[in-house]
Amino acid sequence: MAEPLLTFEDFAPGEVAEYGDWLVDRDDMLAFAREYDPQPMHLFEEAARESMLGGLIASGWYTIALLMRINCDHMLLHAASLGAPGVESVEWLAPVRAGDRLRVRRTTLATRPSKSRPEMGFVTFAFDVINQDGVVAMRQVNPVMLGRRDRSAA
Amino acid sequence: MHLEDYAVGDKAELGSHLFTAEDIIRFASKYDPQPFHLSEEGGRAGPFKRLAASGWQTCSIWMKLLVGFQTRLAQERMAAGLPVGRVGPSPGFSDLSWKRPVYAGDTITYFSEVLEARASDSRPGWGVLRARNSAVNQDGAEVLEFTSVVLVERRPA
Repeated sequence: MAEPLLTFEDFAPGEVAEYGDWLVDRDDMLAFAREYDPQPMHLFEEAARESMLGGLIASGWYTIALLMRINCDHMLLHAASLGAPGVESVEWLAPVRAGDRLRVRRTTLATRPSKSRPEMGFVTFAFDVINQDGVVAMRQVNPVMLGRRDRSAA
Repeated sequence: MHLEDYAVGDKAELGSHLFTAEDIIRFASKYDPQPFHLSEEGGRAGPFKRLAASGWQTCSIWMKLLVGFQTRLAQERMAAGLPVGRVGPSPGFSDLSWKRPVYAGDTITYFSEVLEARASDSRPGWGVLRARNSAVNQDGAEVLEFTSVVLVERRPA
């Protein structure tokens, strides 16, 4: 890889980064809903208009999948990522619709070396998914396991 | 089902799903293209030592099986002449843990257990259903758990 891998040491609490400009593709959004979340408000314009949120909206799991993809493109594929143990919370705050343009605001909340695995540490992030109007559509808080530069896993 | 039909402790088996290598790679290629989700070789070289599913695929299949379960239940109730309540949006979830990797060839069975069923403070006619969701592999080992929240219609007075 051309650029050096981001490691545990590269993140500090309080840092904020913004990245991504993802156009929500209608066909992909509907294909995801058909396979994983075939509820009327995610599939049919007519049915969606009568639902609580009015109009066709993305499955919340699709928004998560897009956040994952944006994070891969802008961070994880350039980092010594060892996966994530879980997610503290996800809040779906506003609907995501076809044609929206989404970016991510990442805030580093905490860093902690692993006690049992000295070759890695945990970095906890809050990820805000923000649409073209500046509305936060989703907030996800989760730790990521990252390798340490000073303690090679190999 | 209306809010009043759920009782704390009720546990439903939502269904089972076979994770094929092809599906794991197809999901990851689109949404989670980390090498350990994209090929057997990448899996062997990565933290899971084998090709493993994106944790978000494991969650998306939970949603798929939940919708299927709710649809079957609604059809049964309609056939029996019972009322069918609507399910509304979800504000989110919490405390999600991927306890073990889901590997190519695993069959995962999903469950949902009611933790709380109460009236909504902000939306008249609707209730809040909180549930602990879990999934186990073919060896009975838990691979996923999280706490979900969803709005459910109340029984008309």
